[in-house]
Amino acid sequence: MDNLEELRSALLQRVEEASDLDALDAVRVQALGKKGEITQRMKTLGGLAPEERKEAGQAFNLIKQAVAEAIEVRKGTLHEAALEARLAEEKIDVSLPPRPTTIGKMHPISQTLEELVAIFGEMGFSVAEGHHIEDDFHNFTALNIPPEHPARQELDTFYMPEKEDGSRPVLRTHTSPVQIRAMQNTTPPIRIIAPGRTFRADHDATHSPMFHQVEGLVIDEKTNMGHLKGVLIEFCRAFFGVKDLPMRFRPSYFPFTEPSAEVDIGCTRSDGQLKIGAGDDWLEILGSGMVHPKVLENCGIDSTKFQGFAFGIGIERLAMLKYGIPDLRTFYETDLRWMKHYGFLPMEMPSMVRGL
Amino acid sequence: MKFTLNWLKDHLDTDASLEVIVEKLSLIGLEVEGVENKADELKAFKTAKVIEAVQHPNADRLRVCQVQSADGISQVVCGAPNARSGMVGVFAPVGCYVPGIDLTLKAGNLRGEDSNGMLVSEREMGLSDEHDGIIDLPEDTEIGVPLAEILGLDDPIIEIAITPNRGDCLGVRGVARDLAAAGLGQLKPLKIEKIDGSFESPIKWKSDAAVAEQVPYVAGRYFRNIKNGPSPKWLQERLLAIGLRPISKLVDITNYVSFDLGRPLHVFDADKVKGDLTMRLARNGEEFLALDEETYKLDDTMVVIGDDSGVQGIGGVMGGLNSGCSDETTNMFLEVALFDPISIAITGRKSGILSDARYRFERTVDSQSADWGVDVATQMVLDLCGGEVSKISSAGSIPSEKRVIELRPSRIEDLCAVAVAKDKQIEILSILGFEVTDKGDLISAVVPTWRPDVELEACLVEEILRIHGYENIPELQMEPESYLPQGVLTIEQRRVSNARTALCWRGLDEAVTFSFVSYAEAELFGGVPDSLRVANPISTDLDTMRPSILPTLLSAAVRNTDRGYADNALFEVGPQYVDDTAKGQQKMATGLRSGSIAGRHWESGSRTVDAFDAKGDALAALEAAGAPVDNLQVFTTAPSYFHPGRSGVMGLGPKNVLAAFGELHPRVLEAMDIKGPVVAFEVYLDNIPQPKVKKGESGKIKPALILSPFQPVERDFAFLVDESVEAGKLIRSAKGADKALISDVVLFDIYTGKGVEEGKKSLAITVTLQPKDHTLTDEEIEAVSQNVIAQAMKATGATLRS
Repeated sequence: MDNLEELRSALLQRVEEASDLDALDAVRVQALGKKGEITQRMKTLGGLAPEERKEAGQAFNLIKQAVAEAIEVRKGTLHEAALEARLAEEKIDVSLPPRPTTIGKMHPISQTLEELVAIFGEMGFSVAEGHHIEDDFHNFTALNIPPEHPARQELDTFYMPEKEDGSRPVLRTHTSPVQIRAMQNTTPPIRIIAPGRTFRADHDATHSPMFHQVEGLVIDEKTNMGHLKGVLIEFCRAFFGVKDLPMRFRPSYFPFTEPSAEVDIGCTRSDGQLKIGAGDDWLEILGSGMVHPKVLENCGIDSTKFQGFAFGIGIERLAMLKYGIPDLRTFYETDLRWMKHYGFLPMEMPSMVRGL
Repeated sequence: MKFTLNWLKDHLDTDASLEVIVEKLSLIGLEVEGVENKADELKAFKTAKVIEAVQHPNADRLRVCQVQSADGISQVVCGAPNARSGMVGVFAPVGCYVPGIDLTLKAGNLRGEDSNGMLVSEREMGLSDEHDGIIDLPEDTEIGVPLAEILGLDDPIIEIAITPNRGDCLGVRGVARDLAAAGLGQLKPLKIEKIDGSFESPIKWKSDAAVAEQVPYVAGRYFRNIKNGPSPKWLQERLLAIGLRPISKLVDITNYVSFDLGRPLHVFDADKVKGDLTMRLARNGEEFLALDEETYKLDDTMVVIGDDSGVQGIGGVMGGLNSGCSDETTNMFLEVALFDPISIAITGRKSGILSDARYRFERTVDSQSADWGVDVATQMVLDLCGGEVSKISSAGSIPSEKRVIELRPSRIEDLCAVAVAKDKQIEILSILGFEVTDKGDLISAVVPTWRPDVELEACLVEEILRIHGYENIPELQMEPESYLPQGVLTIEQRRVSNARTALCWRGLDEAVTFSFVSYAEAELFGGVPDSLRVANPISTDLDTMRPSILPTLLSAAVRNTDRGYADNALFEVGPQYVDDTAKGQQKMATGLRSGSIAGRHWESGSRTVDAFDAKGDALAALEAAGAPVDNLQVFTTAPSYFHPGRSGVMGLGPKNVLAAFGELHPRVLEAMDIKGPVVAFEVYLDNIPQPKVKKGESGKIKPALILSPFQPVERDFAFLVDESVEAGKLIRSAKGADKALISDVVLFDIYTGKGVEEGKKSLAITVTLQPKDHTLTDEEIEAVSQNVIAQAMKATGATLRS
């Protein structure tokens, strides 16, 4: 039996000494394979007496089992070590930058416009658009701005070449022609906003020859100035995200509205910084009023039956105030650094329910 | 429009403070643009007596002064040569800000002597350039009097914006009337006395029949033996306060009446007028030397005032230099006229003259002022210049018709949601000068002659409401037309939005650029008809409506490149213009890329942009905008500003183009001064067909998804074709080999060179077969393969590469 004990410890030692999986497999073959030591030795049991054979058989089986188990354990250990080695070898420098991909930025004018659509859309306004080269009637006359009227002079109009019939198209000075066409082509109720490009022959630090406006128009049988006030207050508070934003409505003059109102929002100015919200100062933000009866009549709408309001806002101005963009001229310069800084990722369309 | 508080109080009997007045002005529609209160700014500076001024022990040019102010005695070291014992000067104590030297005073020590405060000069106060010495006042001046009071600057100056309809508020009296209506005091009566002339005027006013509409009325009279010269102090101070330069009594009177009552006047030196004065049309080409010393060329639309020697004034715009009054003037002839605002506006615009008279006449002056204006001017001239006055000479007549408007008292609430009692409505209109009659359910109002802007009922509503206060309008919610907000964007508007989003995701930055370009740039990108050239551009760089968005984007890319940012990926969704009609304005999604794609990286190298980047951008925009991208065909008919061999268009047919793409033409790049390649795309959003939605359906439903349980099979083919064969043709032919079974064809290799004969190329494709009802047999696969080969050969002459 000493012999068996020697065999067992010799085999176990060899298992333990196997340095890798291949060596371990060689040990397995040497010990347990068809020509392995245990197998060979077990073949010699045939010559023994039945009693002895049974006993010796059991002894061999125990060794076989012990060796097999030891191999499994060793295998696990070696496997683990091999994995560790591989992992160590596969280490990468995770500080390296990934492959570059870029998402472009949306222009602040587009973002602001989408926000306007989200807010006014919620209030039932649909979006109307029009073309930029307009005739005199739609840009001026229908709006109660006769030729040589001081209000027309103040608009700094761009003119296109005179046509054969003596008419002179203009680049629209406001998006009001869109409203005129809407009133000519639809029967009230009308509830639209008209955003888009507008043009004025003025170019300095605070004026651009092209800029964007959004105008609103509501015409029905009962809309009054209280509604105008409600809509604009609601809009400004939602747009600027200031719940208690103070607002002030002041009488003013526009040829196309009567009564007319300019609207101020509260602000504070200190150290050259402008902050929107409750403060000690006012900032003019938009013009508005009840649509002038002459304008309604010019568009074929019965002014004794229908009434409503209109308003107009500069989109760049809104964007500058909300997002702290200091210079109007930079909007059109397409400076990549500006676009990356002030632009918006296209992830999420502005929406009232998701939050602006 | 500027005026001072005391000036306002000439017309308004009020106890209201400056703050209350300023706030009210804005709230009734006379927007305050600024308030300058020198008394406030200068309140720290008060008169003080120099009790003693002795030589500084350690400095030759300094004196040590003991200054007695209302608050005690302070020692001040002063360098002024006129600092002396007994003088009265102006003392600035420690802690106050001295505007002229932009300094806040601190207690100091000058060469061993303490100095607490400063005796100031006019320049140090920012009042003048005078710096020869400190302010030196009469020795009997009391101590502790504010400097502003001494200088007559204690009258706050208010500046308001006047909207074009409120010509009446271009005179202080109009402003006072509005404030009175708003409850801030009483409008004082205007004392006007008729002064009879003692002799016939040697100069008569005449008016040509041709100008009867442009000049309904003109009046004036002759003043003799008057004495011109500098105006009295009060008048000079008022004019200076509102930014006008005092000139002489006669000229100052015209300016004062203009700003006080909104009544422009003109005064001629009667000795320089030849014969009578006539309102007439100018003759074409006639020249006129105006008071501003400029010579103007006139035409026969302009009303001028002529005498026997020529033109002495452009009516209502500017007088002439030759007949203007000077200090030597002893005889004067007065002009008080009415002009048609439109005529003045046209003449003013043509001549380019900006004057206070033009400004007022354009905005309409009170027609009755042509009558009382003569009296007001007469009184003031006699008061200031003495002399005798003639009888009045006039031509034409003052329009006498009165406008009557009826107001339904309920109209205020209908339009503005504010209930204003009828009595209150009547009261407001009355104070504003309307002659009001209460007719029960109507208010009848005669419009005052100074308010020609009030035309109809809505104008009366505004008058009442603005005085009653817009702050009384309630905030009302509009009734929603439906319980849930409805989709408000049209399909076209959503396409714009979607194309924009898709291009951002492709890595392009959105630009917004001007609609106009230079003519040369327009020519480079296809040109425009003459109808798209702006008649009055602000510069020649911006004188043509753009035929493409590319020139403005390319200019931006050039600027960015010059700044060191050569990798541009820009797009704009906006207009381009084909002609001046509504349809000639096309909605485009246009973009470009320059430099390299994605920049340098440690593993994946950078790559120069190429036409396929632009093609991919175009396809992304098209797909996002809802175009049927699977059905698009490619043609090589891109516009001339693309590289002829590296560009194409995509469309639903050769005439139905949805997009162009490719490299820009090297000639264009050279002209725009940018190194290539630059690739670009133009997507015609308007050309994308509308989705067909049946009536009563949402159009949202998708076809059923049929998932095959059988695995797809892929087969690769390498074809040899002539080098000129378009790969797209081969792909299309392979797809057509079995439309039911072939789900995809992908081109994965293009090869020329060794093993491929000259003039040929090898195109390798993978064809994916997707069986639907059984696993394909080898025979079936072989049959499809043979058909792919046959179709490819038929379409392109391709042979299978062995």
